[in-house]
Amino acid sequence: MSSAFEKTLIVMPAFNEAESVAQVVREVAAKLPGISVLVVDDGSSDETTSEARSAGALVATLPFNLGVGGAMRVGFRYAIENSFDNVVQIDSDGQHDPSSVPDLLVELATADLVLGARFAGEGDYTVRGPRHWAMVVLATILSRSSRTKLTDTTSGYRASGPRAVALFAEHYPAEYLGDTIEALVIASRSGLVIRQVPVSMRPRAGGVPSHDPFRAAAYLGRAGLALVFAFIRPPSTYRVGGSV
Amino acid sequence: MSITSYIFGIVSAALILVVVVELLRRRHLRERHAIWWMIAGVLALIAGVFPATLVWVSQLVGVEVPTNLVFFVSIAILFLVGLQHSSELTQLESKTRTLAERVAIIELNARERESRAERDED
Repeated sequence: MSSAFEKTLIVMPAFNEAESVAQVVREVAAKLPGISVLVVDDGSSDETTSEARSAGALVATLPFNLGVGGAMRVGFRYAIENSFDNVVQIDSDGQHDPSSVPDLLVELATADLVLGARFAGEGDYTVRGPRHWAMVVLATILSRSSRTKLTDTTSGYRASGPRAVALFAEHYPAEYLGDTIEALVIASRSGLVIRQVPVSMRPRAGGVPSHDPFRAAAYLGRAGLALVFAFIRPPSTYRVGGSV
Repeated sequence: MSITSYIFGIVSAALILVVVVELLRRRHLRERHAIWWMIAGVLALIAGVFPATLVWVSQLVGVEVPTNLVFFVSIAILFLVGLQHSSELTQLESKTRTLAERVAIIELNARERESRAERDED
């Protein structure tokens, strides 16, 4: 496993996470010895960059906010240019427990993209209402498209193998929800093998998931739109080796 | 149609063309963005100088009131220009985003190289 760690880059997109990022970086370093951690500061206005750096992470600072998709593109590019095989995305708010990373990496031996799924038995993370229904619908459609059973398609806890890293370095979607939903569609449309592994998830340190019906409806609409466009995009938008 | 409104139509159309050409001349406008405004100006000039052409085209496409054809074509051109701008804006945003991503990586590489050099000196 230690050799897999050496070839693996942990990418943590961070937007105004100065309070939690250092602790998460230290936790990753303690639980996954020898692994490289890249924090991508997504145009934060607080001390995210210096906090992460003082905790010993590599830090790439974006000059302005690009969203999770843009931050992850930096991570995938950095991985390619520094010959890392795998990229594991972890949230910088402490929601993802780094001790599940070895499980993801084991699964990566036979798959290209491994999702760490909440609701899959482990942990005590729950979501109710329209947001939950949206997740169920998304999971059903995306499971069919990727020919594997997925329950948590919007999870940001995911590991990408060499083929997925090559694909995503060029074509990771930067739109809202693109980084989760569309990335899955791109992966399955380009023939990557997708798997899901149950991970335990901690409740978010700060802030609660929104239950405002209008925001839920907006989320549903945008998710649906992202999904439809992901399926009707021309193949050139996810062919590796094309133009960037 | 009175002679004043005839002249007014021609002067307006000519003014559009003068402004577009002047902007092009000073490089304040690129050809690819000017094309729709040029088309609009030329059409307005033709319709201004020869109102009969407008009546003829209206009959050709089955528009009863020629002015309505003017409104339709104007709105269509404005719509297309607006659409073109949205599309160009999207492309610009994606270029800016790519630049921002490159800058972040280059900065990180430079910093790493610096700290490695410092360590070598110690």
